[in-house]
Amino acid sequence: MFYKVLFMDSQHPPLETLQDIKRMMERSSRFISLSGWSGISAGVCALVGAVVAQLRINSYLVGLRSDYTSETYYRGETYTLSGNGYDLYRDLLLIAGITFLAAFISSFLFTRARSRRNGTSMWDRTVQRLAWNTVLPMMVGGFVILRLLESGFYGMVAPVCLIFYGLALVNASKYTLGEIRYLGYGQLILGIINLWTGGWGLYFWAAGFGILHIVYGAIMWWKYERQPGQ
Amino acid sequence: MKNPIENLNKIFDSRIRMGVMSILVVNEEVSFNDLKQMLDVTDGNLASHMVNLEENGYIKVHKGFIGRKTNTTYSITRAGEKAFKDHIEALENMIKGMK
Repeated sequence: MFYKVLFMDSQHPPLETLQDIKRMMERSSRFISLSGWSGISAGVCALVGAVVAQLRINSYLVGLRSDYTSETYYRGETYTLSGNGYDLYRDLLLIAGITFLAAFISSFLFTRARSRRNGTSMWDRTVQRLAWNTVLPMMVGGFVILRLLESGFYGMVAPVCLIFYGLALVNASKYTLGEIRYLGYGQLILGIINLWTGGWGLYFWAAGFGILHIVYGAIMWWKYERQPGQ
Repeated sequence: MKNPIENLNKIFDSRIRMGVMSILVVNEEVSFNDLKQMLDVTDGNLASHMVNLEENGYIKVHKGFIGRKTNTTYSITRAGEKAFKDHIEALENMIKGMK
């Protein structure tokens, strides 16, 4: 009874005040509008990209195995053997570029939609810090991969992608939903295993960028965005 | 019986001052404009609360410039951190006392 009178006197009951404080702390230091759908869409893009890349590689392998020495015909296209390696390299880079763009744009759109629903800005201090801390490790990874490609260490590209992306996510977890750390750990484990399993790079890449993203996105959606009754 | 609100800090009675402290305790340095945006308050209102917190030694003011525009940023002091922590503990104890 005493407390009841007390709380009617004070405008803010303690529990509500504490929740207020927690909300302010989070909103001011972390970007919390990252949508689960972003993870799912990025994962789907990665899987589609991986399938296309695998098909392209298959076509290259068939070309090498065939008896034609100068050129080979596969899936409606003619590949000359001499140009094969270069064509494959160029096509894979193109596939990787398109996959990255599609994943980036689709995840950006989902997160922007959620950000608008939450009424938070898409370019405040929290976003800037999140962006910088994610982009920096990825950019360094990009340079490493460029050098690996130049040096012909193609088998190292997938594990290095996974490792630098994993480090970027662990780093980013301080500036957004903390659970993204576990997605980072997953990428790191896959990347490290893949360092010794060259040739299976595309499978590891698809597991990390595809399946882990989708699982993470689905869990995040379930935890934070699901409307009751849905 | 001990008065359960004696440990609550009077200065943090205001929602806005409470909000400012919550933000500063997790961010090294925050500008006036960012605070204004996050707390959704007017210039004058926020300024008077900031002066209050500064006079109590809970926050430090850094005046700087971006080009020719003034850029005032704030950070929390040791005393401010301590006061904020004590206040939260007092709130927590009140909740425990309710059960």
